[in-house]
Amino acid sequence: MADKRINKAELPKLLERLAQEHEVFAPARDGSAMVWSRVEPGDVLELEFTNTDLSPKGFLFPQTERLMHFKNDPEDPEGMIMEAEPGLPGKRLLLNIRPCDAKAFKVLDKVFERDEEATDVYWKDKRDKTVLFGLACKDPCPTCFCTTVNCGPHFEEGLDALLVDLGDRLLVRPLSETGERLTADLEEAGQEDTEAATAQKEEAEAAITRGVSMENIEARNVLEEYEHPCFDRIFEPCINCGTCTYYCPTCHCFDIQDETQGELGKRYRTWDTCMSWLFTHHTSGHNPRGTKKDRVRQRFMHKFKYMPIKLEGSIGCVGCGRCTSKCPVNIDVRSVVNSMNEQIGE
Amino acid sequence: MNETTQQIRAAAKRLLEEGRVDCVIGYAKGTVPMQEQPYFAYTPEEAENLVWTGFCTNNLANFLIRRSGRNAILAQGCVSRNIVGLIKENQVKREDVYILGVHSPGMLDAGKIKAEFPDKVITEVEEDGEEIVVRGRGFEERLDRKKVKRNNCYTCTHRNAVLYDEFIGQEGPQTGGGDIDNVAAPWESLDPDQRWAEFESTFKDCIRCYACRNVCPLCYCDVCFVDENNPQWCGKGLEEPDVFTFHILRAFHCAGRCTDCGACESACPVGIKMRTLTSKLEKDIRELYGYQPGLDLETPTPLTVYRPNDPDVAE
Repeated sequence: MADKRINKAELPKLLERLAQEHEVFAPARDGSAMVWSRVEPGDVLELEFTNTDLSPKGFLFPQTERLMHFKNDPEDPEGMIMEAEPGLPGKRLLLNIRPCDAKAFKVLDKVFERDEEATDVYWKDKRDKTVLFGLACKDPCPTCFCTTVNCGPHFEEGLDALLVDLGDRLLVRPLSETGERLTADLEEAGQEDTEAATAQKEEAEAAITRGVSMENIEARNVLEEYEHPCFDRIFEPCINCGTCTYYCPTCHCFDIQDETQGELGKRYRTWDTCMSWLFTHHTSGHNPRGTKKDRVRQRFMHKFKYMPIKLEGSIGCVGCGRCTSKCPVNIDVRSVVNSMNEQIGE
Repeated sequence: MNETTQQIRAAAKRLLEEGRVDCVIGYAKGTVPMQEQPYFAYTPEEAENLVWTGFCTNNLANFLIRRSGRNAILAQGCVSRNIVGLIKENQVKREDVYILGVHSPGMLDAGKIKAEFPDKVITEVEEDGEEIVVRGRGFEERLDRKKVKRNNCYTCTHRNAVLYDEFIGQEGPQTGGGDIDNVAAPWESLDPDQRWAEFESTFKDCIRCYACRNVCPLCYCDVCFVDENNPQWCGKGLEEPDVFTFHILRAFHCAGRCTDCGACESACPVGIKMRTLTSKLEKDIRELYGYQPGLDLETPTPLTVYRPNDPDVAE
């Protein structure tokens, strides 16, 4: 697929084209926060930002999502029937999503669509109806480390198209049939555009100076890593809030709740967090992760040891750095992973 | 390195060397700009990692709860007042804690600093007396420290530790210059509908991560009411009644106990200003009972004692 380009002055036309078939959402400034916001033709797109505060995970996996509803009344002809919730009514397009967040969806596909016979229908419905147009990172944050976790500032996997901000114009690189179709009207990029995008990619990658190493974590067996002495200290400042898990684009644990009011009831799922003492708390009262140390260890072992084993090497991290920048007690995922990777017993 | 940091390290080292304490709870340099990390030094060598800067925005008293052994803890005014509160509420034994009192310079608000540079990436922030130096790729600017202090540090009434075993450095000015009652006052001029609207807009962005609750030294219930499931007092989702129930009840649980340390606001990832609620509660407590939390170990806490002549708020 050939690279395309668009002058920034022509962006409203592209937005109009995309909005013909999709509800379009894009990062927008809300006070000092960056949020995902519905955009309509004519709206000005924000291009100067690091990343949205919350990841776009909620588009496919909402924090609170109703799964079904019911009426608890045997006398009523419509009672005692569980009604599924309707799917997404139309198609959506996430414009200017960062490559790391698109990669996170690829990781979550492996979780939610792992087994054809038990695909998560709520995820799949929205996933199949969502198109991703990425915006490459030209100025990574001090907390970004995507280049060391199988991702990068111009990473293309998972995207339908990648936009690269080249000043007065954008390079538009179609990456799927959908992306190609939606950008068919744009002019072909010149050699100089593709070269400028490549130069920006190299510069952005070079700007990421602190990353993680995982070779020892990969080489050890699970129990060796589980018993790593680093876990004796990492948890100490943790307050066991849910910030890291809620901001993480790949954290995907959820809790299921039934709520009833009179005869009406609903079942919904809501983001869970392994930081909470309630996480995996058994009805017997026993909790296999009963201490703060256990809970903190669970989060990092899950992402960097259990997931790669279960998901053909995919780690549960794309290096967006949100957990680190949002953590109220500065638990830095890079420091944690590098500690987990240290030699044991020397 | 500032002088207070050097003095803290020296004191911590001495306490650990002499075996007076098992651990010194303080702060270590953070890995990202504008954030230090609560730190637990167990050896004289580890004491060298301790720092004291304007970004020590947690409340260390929180870490004394259910902690065993003898601990020394770094405490400015608000933190020392919370330790007093924990002792009065039988959560901490006075003899088990060695308080390293310190004067607070007024902590800084990372959110305010970021808001000064909305489209820039900040890579380093350094304190330089009454100014701070903010650096990023291709820029360096100086800001007046006062302009970016946390709101609660403006209205602080006790910047020096009120209870301590040893004071680090010199005591400094007690107040931050602002008037705490002005934070609470806006509520009083609103009618109930306006109050509700104000309340809704304050808490609408909450994602229920519970950072505010978990970072707070007042919140030590074995099972928080929002975590109870039998009976379940409060839904778990993001529906407004559940989110608002959490915040209203949390605030009421803090009445007469909150020292306005600001840890909740510093911890909140979405920037909710929950002090707008607690400041009104504390103003009521001051006016009705003449009480400020955590100033001494003797005065009974007003909401845990009954007197026949207690003021009746309904009147």
